[in-house]
Amino acid sequence: MSKHSVSVTVNGTAHRSEVEARLLLVHYLRDELRLTGTHIGCDTTHCGACTVLLDGKPVKSCTLFAVQADGRSVSTVEGLELGGELHAVQKAFKEEHALQCGFCTPGMMMSAVALLERNPSPSELEIRQAISGNLCRCTGYVNIVKAIQHAAADMRATRHTPAYVPAQEPAQVSR
Amino acid sequence: MTMPHTSPEISGMGHSMKRKEDGRFIRGKGNFVDDVVLPDMLFMDIARSPFPHAKILKIDSSRALATPGVLAVITGRDLEKYNLHMMPTLMSDTQMVLPTDRVVYQSQEVAAVIATSRYAAADGVAAVDVEYDPLPPVVDPYKAIEKGSTLVRPDRKDTNHIWHWEAGDKAATDRVFSEADRTVSQHLYLPRIHVSSIETCGCVASYDKANEKLTVYMTTQAPHAVRTVVALVAGHVGLSEERIRIISPDIGGGFGGKVPVYPGYVIAIAVSFLLGKPVKWIEDRMENLQADSFARDYHIDAELAFKNDGTITGMRIKTLADHGCADAAANPSRFPAGLFSIATGSYDMAAAHIAVDAAYTNKPPGGVAYRCSFRVTEAVHTIERMADIAAHELNMDPAEFRLKNFIRPEQFPYQSATGWSYDSGNYKAALEMAMMKIGYWDLRREQEEKRARGELMGIGISSFTEAVGAGPSHTFDILGLKMFDSCEIRIHPTGKALARFGTKSQGQGHETTYAQIVAQELGIPAAHVQVEEGDTDTAPYGLGTYASRSTPTAGAAGAMAARKIRDKARKIAAYLLEASEDDLEWEPGKFHVRGSPDRAKTIQEIAFAAYTNHPQGMEAGLEATHYYDPPNLTFPFGSYIAVVDIDRGTGEVKVRRFVAVDDCGNVINPMIVDGQIHGGLTQGLAPALMEEIQYDEQGNIQGGSFMDYLLPTAMETPSWELDRTVTPSPHHPLGAKGVAESPTVGAPPAIANAVVDALWHLGVRHIDIPITPFKVWKILREAGVRD
Ligand code: FES
Ligand code: FES
Repeated sequence: MSKHSVSVTVNGTAHRSEVEARLLLVHYLRDELRLTGTHIGCDTTHCGACTVLLDGKPVKSCTLFAVQADGRSVSTVEGLELGGELHAVQKAFKEEHALQCGFCTPGMMMSAVALLERNPSPSELEIRQAISGNLCRCTGYVNIVKAIQHAAADMRATRHTPAYVPAQEPAQVSR
Repeated sequence: MTMPHTSPEISGMGHSMKRKEDGRFIRGKGNFVDDVVLPDMLFMDIARSPFPHAKILKIDSSRALATPGVLAVITGRDLEKYNLHMMPTLMSDTQMVLPTDRVVYQSQEVAAVIATSRYAAADGVAAVDVEYDPLPPVVDPYKAIEKGSTLVRPDRKDTNHIWHWEAGDKAATDRVFSEADRTVSQHLYLPRIHVSSIETCGCVASYDKANEKLTVYMTTQAPHAVRTVVALVAGHVGLSEERIRIISPDIGGGFGGKVPVYPGYVIAIAVSFLLGKPVKWIEDRMENLQADSFARDYHIDAELAFKNDGTITGMRIKTLADHGCADAAANPSRFPAGLFSIATGSYDMAAAHIAVDAAYTNKPPGGVAYRCSFRVTEAVHTIERMADIAAHELNMDPAEFRLKNFIRPEQFPYQSATGWSYDSGNYKAALEMAMMKIGYWDLRREQEEKRARGELMGIGISSFTEAVGAGPSHTFDILGLKMFDSCEIRIHPTGKALARFGTKSQGQGHETTYAQIVAQELGIPAAHVQVEEGDTDTAPYGLGTYASRSTPTAGAAGAMAARKIRDKARKIAAYLLEASEDDLEWEPGKFHVRGSPDRAKTIQEIAFAAYTNHPQGMEAGLEATHYYDPPNLTFPFGSYIAVVDIDRGTGEVKVRRFVAVDDCGNVINPMIVDGQIHGGLTQGLAPALMEEIQYDEQGNIQGGSFMDYLLPTAMETPSWELDRTVTPSPHHPLGAKGVAESPTVGAPPAIANAVVDALWHLGVRHIDIPITPFKVWKILREAGVRD
């Protein structure tokens, strides 16, 4: 299997790796970079547990190859907390009891972050549409919707740093 | 609603304390099985059968073994050498780990490939060459039990009929039916469905040859039971129980599907034992849907007898249960049809008789109780549908029909016609609250107006009674293991506590709820109580988390262990205060001398003294263990009302409103209980409108991935409206009952009843779930309704 060199900025840190062409982005994140917050729940791009941001847009990392992220920027759940401060979405998920087993939660929160970056005042319907690619079997969605509304209000009230950091030249290559 | 009696700092019962466990999950720092990485770890993947029934003529591993990274291919013949090719099921049947000569369901495990990476293992699976000779499959359970049907399990029986089971009094029921003013009958099918937790199953098995110790990280809801089973099955090769450690790390949803032991776990354990290296096996979603245990699959014939005034007099049920290729249902072993015998529900009736037969077919083994107490879902669906059919036949409002027939509060403890003793209940209060909250009579008027305009709107009620908290050891066991549960509490010298339980949360929030129970009983702030579960090396023996048993059993064990500690603390306090034990009064967190509130010792001071200044001759330390054996099940209940609108053009059912009034006795954490109900309702909506695993006549699974196995997203899920009444359990130490599965059990009949209610005037009497748009569209076409 041919190997390819990829440079990916993940949560602001540049990484250069040799990967097989077929390596899925989700496995690159989980197995190569040991960022295990991004989960796998299906084989068919339906559950959204693997949702990350690619150049700021939500994507299902089980449906992209690592080589497709070459030269681009990826944000995962591990990058949400900045300087020891939880992201408004993280705080709201806890506050509104928007998680139970926590398995869908990282993907769900990344979809929520992407929504709030582009639409600071989403309606309930817009929130439901934005997370309709993320299945949750535990919470029944009601509290997830509430949490996203809560986070939206918080983010409107305070200045916040976007979760998406543009791709960098691999100056501080970690591996 | 019970008011909390402890301060917010202590956060005992009744406080909506935020969850202690959330910190790691919102940071992506949960530790799920696939996150576990051990040095030198190998990866396992599984080759599966494309046929539902076939002879295996030959397995050729040579191409697979030549694949880069592949180290071994394991077949049934390899395991047979160690007598590990078969394993016991939860119901004293046997099930193949890997087949030696025949496959009996599509996607059955045929060979395992061990490799140095995930991808190499998958390459190896693609290169395993298996020659099959297809056999005719047995798909329909009714055909399966006919004479001359192809045998699914010739190794077990000369028929596909597995067992017959009855509950209730047949003669008395027949008499009631012959004397009834009226009867109704209905055939119902509760289809095969799947729990589909977002995390699939998997394990990392690691046998350490030097220390002769097996550690398995595993997605299991019942780690101790698994340890015992592994020891019983593999003791002969040296895996005895004290050398086995099962660790259930964070679990991404279980819902009953992570109770059974699947072949993948056993193979991974066997391979690790043989190779002396850690082996990781993680199934993918298609394997999960196609080969893991299913739920339901009950073909039901039900009859209800009643008087002209609407009084129910009796119920009669005959059921055929499709068990797939093994009797592997998750049930207490004395109830082969689980608690289906609770089918008389919330209604007082003179007699009932339930008969269930089970059949083998060429489908995966199993029969898990998908978020339900062993078939209560099937029972509740049946009685709640029948109640509606009877009410409609009588031209009586379904709410009034229910109110007339409810078991009355003064009848508790109530002895049901099938032998259950319900602990407490007030069904009328719950239904009336739900009716008031939703504006029932206004909705009925609206429905009439709409119907006059040709619009389709329905209102459906489900007033269910659940039976949870398995279980009292006199009647409940799994594989002979009696179904108590346990807690061990240690109070450290500085007054902080460690509490370990025999259960295992899969998202239910045990770390918080249990801490609140200890806080309630000892006055130690819940924030200072560390809760641990799921590690058999540290937790006391327990039967695990399923069937809403954690609060009723382990929660009770926690309260009892805390009370033992309080008894000892009283002795120490008496010593410190130089008072008689009888003169001490307890308030959450401290003892004081009766009449002099200033002469007091806090639990923290007492804890310190237990290690530094305890009475001469007293054992040091402050800890206790309790194994709680409940005297009875607990019987939570509720009333749900759904309002649906049906699109005349597409047949789509929209749940406009859904009010759920639950009564689970005293509530420990209202926020968590409401969250459980939200989730449970969504898992009730799913089978009502979407979920079904179907097979074609050739035994091919239709819809074995999330492409076509439909689950509700945020778009289909309504905003649930909740309320509650509180009727404490008289026998539970905290008056709690358990809650998580009530909504899953209660929701489907409410929705089905609403849909039939909307279509009754068109001649519709029943629709089997899932009520898909296509089913409704066909009904509307036949009735001449078009848009
Ligand atoms: S794992 Fe990517 S969508 Fe399910
Ligand atoms: S919290 Fe369990 S799947 Fe969403």
